[in-house]
Amino acid sequence: MKWEIVIGLEVHAQLSTQTKIFSGASTAFGAEPNTQADAVSIALPGVLPVLNKGAVERAIQFGLAVGAHIAPRSVFARKNYFYPDLPKGYQISQFDLPVVGMGAMTIQVEPLSGNAKPYEKVVRITRAHLEEDAGKSVHGATQGMTGIDLNRAGTPLLEIVSEPDMSSAAEAVAYAKTLHSLVRWIGICDGNMQEGSFRCDVNVSVRRAGEPLGTRREIKNLNSFKFMQQAIDYEVQWQIDTLENGGKIQQATILFDPETGETHAMRSKEDAHDYRYFPDPDLLPLDISPEFIEQMRAKLPELPEARRTRYTENYALSAYDANALTATREMADFFDACLAATLSPSPSPAGGRGEQVAKMCANWLIGEVSAQLNRDGLDMTTCPITPTQLSGMLVRIADNTISNSGAKDVFRVLWAEGGDADAIIEAKGLKQVSDSGAIEALVDEIITANAEKVAEYRSGKDKLFGFFVGLAMKASKGKANPAQLNEILKAKLAG
Amino acid sequence: MINASLKQLSAALAEKKISSVELTQLYLDRIAALNPTLNAFVTLDAERSLAQAKAADAMLAAGHAQPLTGIPLAQKDIFCATGWRTTCGSKMLENFIAPYDAHVIQQFNQAGAVNLGKTNMDEFAMGSSNETSYFGAVRNPWNTNAVPGGSSGGAASAVAARLCAAATGTDTGGSIRQPAALCGISGIKPTYGTVSRYGMIAFASSLDQAGPMARSAEDCALMLNVMTGFDERDSTSLQREKEDYTRDLNQPLAGLRIGLPKEFFAAGLDNDVAECVQAAIAEYQKLGAVVVDISLPNSRLAVPVYYVLAPAEASSNLSRFDGVRYGYRAPDYTDLTDMYEKSRAQGFGAEVKRRIMIGTYVLSHGYYDAYYLQAQKIRRLIAQDFAAAFTQCDVIMGPTSPSTAFNLGEKGDDPVQMYLSDIYTIAVNLAGLPGMSIPAGFGKNGLPVGLQLIGDYFKEAQMLNAAHQYQQATDWHQRAPQHI
Repeated sequence: MKWEIVIGLEVHAQLSTQTKIFSGASTAFGAEPNTQADAVSIALPGVLPVLNKGAVERAIQFGLAVGAHIAPRSVFARKNYFYPDLPKGYQISQFDLPVVGMGAMTIQVEPLSGNAKPYEKVVRITRAHLEEDAGKSVHGATQGMTGIDLNRAGTPLLEIVSEPDMSSAAEAVAYAKTLHSLVRWIGICDGNMQEGSFRCDVNVSVRRAGEPLGTRREIKNLNSFKFMQQAIDYEVQWQIDTLENGGKIQQATILFDPETGETHAMRSKEDAHDYRYFPDPDLLPLDISPEFIEQMRAKLPELPEARRTRYTENYALSAYDANALTATREMADFFDACLAATLSPSPSPAGGRGEQVAKMCANWLIGEVSAQLNRDGLDMTTCPITPTQLSGMLVRIADNTISNSGAKDVFRVLWAEGGDADAIIEAKGLKQVSDSGAIEALVDEIITANAEKVAEYRSGKDKLFGFFVGLAMKASKGKANPAQLNEILKAKLAG
Repeated sequence: MINASLKQLSAALAEKKISSVELTQLYLDRIAALNPTLNAFVTLDAERSLAQAKAADAMLAAGHAQPLTGIPLAQKDIFCATGWRTTCGSKMLENFIAPYDAHVIQQFNQAGAVNLGKTNMDEFAMGSSNETSYFGAVRNPWNTNAVPGGSSGGAASAVAARLCAAATGTDTGGSIRQPAALCGISGIKPTYGTVSRYGMIAFASSLDQAGPMARSAEDCALMLNVMTGFDERDSTSLQREKEDYTRDLNQPLAGLRIGLPKEFFAAGLDNDVAECVQAAIAEYQKLGAVVVDISLPNSRLAVPVYYVLAPAEASSNLSRFDGVRYGYRAPDYTDLTDMYEKSRAQGFGAEVKRRIMIGTYVLSHGYYDAYYLQAQKIRRLIAQDFAAAFTQCDVIMGPTSPSTAFNLGEKGDDPVQMYLSDIYTIAVNLAGLPGMSIPAGFGKNGLPVGLQLIGDYFKEAQMLNAAHQYQQATDWHQRAPQHI
């Protein structure tokens, strides 16, 4: 019997505002416990929430980036429950009237198994709403007691809820990665998963083909894509095994244990809270004018999808290259800047030279630059070379001043010491000889000195060509333009 | 001096007939003598009060005085005031020292007023008799066996007994107007959103509104001038031009249309009260006002609607009192849930627990639509009734409360009887309108009767004008309790 997997995600993205969603306390990560807990954060009697406009702006920008409807009026509601890290005894969230309505996102799925081909899929986003984060319980800080750190209480979150449109762990991970890239791309979330800035809850159910949806279990708080994949794989298998053995799935909230790779129920539906949602009377409904939405739209950067299209259509880059270049906005911006600098002063964005230069830029970025970043544990935001520096080198490759192997030397120096490609070429003597007279003279000399080998070559021993190239390169101290050298050598040897 | 108006006190201070320190001491002495009987204040701090008075005297000497500089006021114990114990009438906050100032406190501090102390109140402002206070019942200075009304009963008692020049109160369903009526003083609840709720401990956020309680409409206007104004820390605070509420006090009343809702004069109203109110209306007619019969057909639903919505909000607002960060925590408990249950069971009084339970119930899954949503719909109908009425009249008048002050313990066993004490005031909060109570005579038992005035949104100045003109023609507001 064939099983179908149905997956939907709820992602909590921490919005990158300086201050909390309802107060002026700082949201900076890692401060001493309770040093960023102001009167509102600790819910002193009499304090009131005041909405941070920056959080609203970011939510709207997200909505626009996924083509969603922005609600002209949305409402903040109280979600009531008791927990020590929830100082008011309720969380301010949005319930039946969220700020962002239905939208969608195209994801590129790379199947995890076999030799299945990558494919595109559209995942619908049900809604996204603003809410405040809770604080943290700190265990073990005080003997026999649980501490409460309210620094995080009131941090703005955008909860992004997808439709159950994903049918494999690969699709769920691809969706999460695309979303992660998007929120960073538009600058509304730093995406730091270790610090909890991007947390995923995954709803998983299975069903036999053609049957109605099965009962779902929700895997809470996954903070890495690797764990997400492991957790889904385990959970799916567990559900299938349970059903095949005649068991039933109970709706439950579960946790993934990275140590064992297993999922465990945290609470079942019977323990589910009645949150007693009602509109927060301390906050007015959030009214958003069409003008404000347009202002937010104007502030949005060019989105990854548009950029990918531009790369494939204007520069004939492959889908693979376009994807890799738009993995982050920093990467794509680096590419654009580097390309523009390399093409200047006579930019020809489309057509022959533009395509060639674009391909060269892409190859260097996806290849050498990414590899070096990886090796050094860096990313694009901490990249030691600038687009201008890389372009300085690419220009010299394009005009044949340096060979590819010379370029690798230049790149190493640029990476380690900085500076300017031309100066490095000069200082290291990497300029290749492209003076045909000089190369001809050098080739003539070799032919004269190796008459015997020349005769062998001419009698049909083609393999000797490499021997002559080697000699000529050595004689030029490696600086001869390889293409030119080949051409001249071939002609002279032919006699 | 203790019968002087705020204007007279201000003049006396300006003319150096008395210093703020002397005036403050005068009131502190009266409080020391009478508070053991009345229990109007729960927290006093003479040192702090006198220090403020000294600072006020310096302001006066430097010529920086404002209208309320140096005047000793009493603050309801619902307002957080830095360094002052702020209990909200509850064991839950018995030892809570506020680390910040409420907007209202800040405004009075900036005006140079003196804080004489924190006044007693029903626990978390839930009550109409001041009997639910953890710190004991407050007595009515007109008859110490009678209640002062609530929840701002301490403030009303203190103003009536001349223990302060004026006081602050808050009004969620009548908590300024009803005690003002029962103690024979003037009190105004302004339009919702006029006075910032920042630092005022929330009971029902969409209804709570602070206002002054004083001996005359003119004093109320001067107090209101200090209390109102936009505050960005309260999202429901209205962005309006600051206005001078004394500006229209002396306008003639000729042509003023007074609406009399027939529902306010139906069964349930004591004869004594009805007679006083009718006499007051007659007085207004003498002053040139005309009477219009109006109807507020949905006002009969105000009490049930209120007792769905206010507890709903309260059940959530009071969740922060959980024993975790501040306030009362039970001494012995076995785990987290036990700690919550015991702390809240021991920290809250019976009326507060009753309302938390009602509120939790009406918000519960399966009941929300039938209670909370339905109540919100009726709330809109009630507001529409008023809107229709104000096309026919300028001010609505009627009784503030159906009876004069009842005796302590009289309604303790019957919450519904207690709730009906606010039957004429609650609709005003549901609509967010300004309302006021002024003294309009005495019942046969010698206890004061209040006349309620209800104005259209932001028509406080007009309402104060009507109240002031009545007080120029009558002397009910100048009567003082003689027995204490």
